[in-house]
Amino acid sequence: MTAIDERVLELDPEEARRVRQERFERIGRWVLPLAIMILAIWLWDRICVWNAIPQYILPRPGVVLWTLYNDAGLLFSSLLVTLRITFLSLALAVVGGVGLAVLFAQSKWVEMSFFPFAIVLQVTPIVAIFPLINIYVNDQTTKLLLCAWIVAFFPILSNTTLGLNSVDRNLRDMFKLNGATRWQQLRYLRLPAAMPYFLGGVKIAGGLSLIGAVVAEFVAGTTGQSSGLASRIIEAGYRLNAPRLFAALFLISLTGILIFLVLSLISHLILRRWHESALKQER
Amino acid sequence: MIREKVAQAPAASGAAPTLLALRGVGKVFSNGVRALSDVNLTIREGDFLSLLGPSGCGKSTALRLIAGLSTPTSGVLDWRGGGSLDRSNIGFVFQEPTLLPWANVFDNVWLPLRLKGISRAKATPAITEMLARVHLTGFEDAVPRELSGGMKMRVSIARAMVTKPRVLLMDEPFAALDEITRFKLNNDLLELWQDERFNVVFVTHSVFESVFLSNRVVVMAARPGRVFDELAIEASYPRDEAFRTSPDYAALCRQASDVLVKAINSTAGAHHDGH
Repeated sequence: MTAIDERVLELDPEEARRVRQERFERIGRWVLPLAIMILAIWLWDRICVWNAIPQYILPRPGVVLWTLYNDAGLLFSSLLVTLRITFLSLALAVVGGVGLAVLFAQSKWVEMSFFPFAIVLQVTPIVAIFPLINIYVNDQTTKLLLCAWIVAFFPILSNTTLGLNSVDRNLRDMFKLNGATRWQQLRYLRLPAAMPYFLGGVKIAGGLSLIGAVVAEFVAGTTGQSSGLASRIIEAGYRLNAPRLFAALFLISLTGILIFLVLSLISHLILRRWHESALKQER
Repeated sequence: MIREKVAQAPAASGAAPTLLALRGVGKVFSNGVRALSDVNLTIREGDFLSLLGPSGCGKSTALRLIAGLSTPTSGVLDWRGGGSLDRSNIGFVFQEPTLLPWANVFDNVWLPLRLKGISRAKATPAITEMLARVHLTGFEDAVPRELSGGMKMRVSIARAMVTKPRVLLMDEPFAALDEITRFKLNNDLLELWQDERFNVVFVTHSVFESVFLSNRVVVMAARPGRVFDELAIEASYPRDEAFRTSPDYAALCRQASDVLVKAINSTAGAHHDGH
């Protein structure tokens, strides 16, 4: 950073302006959304006060925070339940998505035959499928897992399939010339080439598995056996406990953001040396 | 023809044994394009043979046929000893460096050996030596995007040569490089060729490059792709920067250029007749 600052002195006006603009953008990227967020929270607080809105309709931000602290034990144990479903289903989505993609990559015929089924599974709303799952599956955890998995696996499958099929033609010829077996081609060429696509899919699936876990519990929660964050929300809704409802909502959003950030970081660490998406812009 | 032939000029006399003969080779693509028509060509041991021609003359197709990446519609490829040559005896350098972008230089050169089941430890001496030959010692850990275009092409050549193939096929390998880099790579390739004594089939559209490198220049014409004429470049090896600026070289280039112009005109004529 200091190197840039020192250079400003010798730069012509146009370049100096560019350097200044870059610095503003760097700061602004963090400061602007933060400022807007704080402003919005402040406005929320003021609206509650000015209009004397009762707490069971719209609690003040401070009250939500206080509830988060007060009900921490209850809320975080529920969060753990939701997280367990989320990560288990994400793991299963990775295994299932990549496994199916590799299978599809073995032959165009397999892909042509089975891909439509994956699409059907993807486009049918999970809420509509759930009653069926409810009939066929007994175990509560398995039900939730299945739901979250159905929602999360498709982006991984479709992205990885795309990646496995987008190998440079010359590289394929090169492997052929060197007598590579099908397995070697997969191991040394197609899987590494699919890595950026796969990671893109995982980033989407991470958020979806959380959504899947919460939605599944919502649908299942009405039968009243679960204890994840969704059932806390339903429960709080029935009791007009708006502060806890907001606190639970806040935890879910925060979890989603954290999942996205962690997956983005992993993706960056894996791709940083070679893939265009992870490279700094030098020009 | 202009310089005295010296002992180390290989295969110029035609006495060298035949490595590969293309007899009446033709290739028609499914879209009806006649990429090659009745190609007769003999590649002799020790040849540095250039296929020179305008785009669309089928020179890359010919190279892919020789590599076994494609099969001829008609005619035969007759490898010495009959049948097709074992693929491990062929090295191929593409127009693009065609490296694995996620793997470093060492792993990229290791790849052909790795595919043959040779471990890293066992392959290391050959890789280290090959990287030294292409002047890339010290760049083992760099990934392709950290290298210049010329260096990437050096890695590509090292990868093709690490298995010590008898035949090196090159498809316009230096076309995308700047002239200074291309000259350097030309020199280094010739040096490598003289030390290792492999055979080269070099596809190019550059008269200057083909004359500088090869002992035989096969000029091809387009629509349909065919062999138009052949020139023997009987200048002695080693050829260096002095040769590049010599009157002999200029005269040979002019000669090759004239033939190439005729080849292009023959196509233009046929083209007009066809319409």
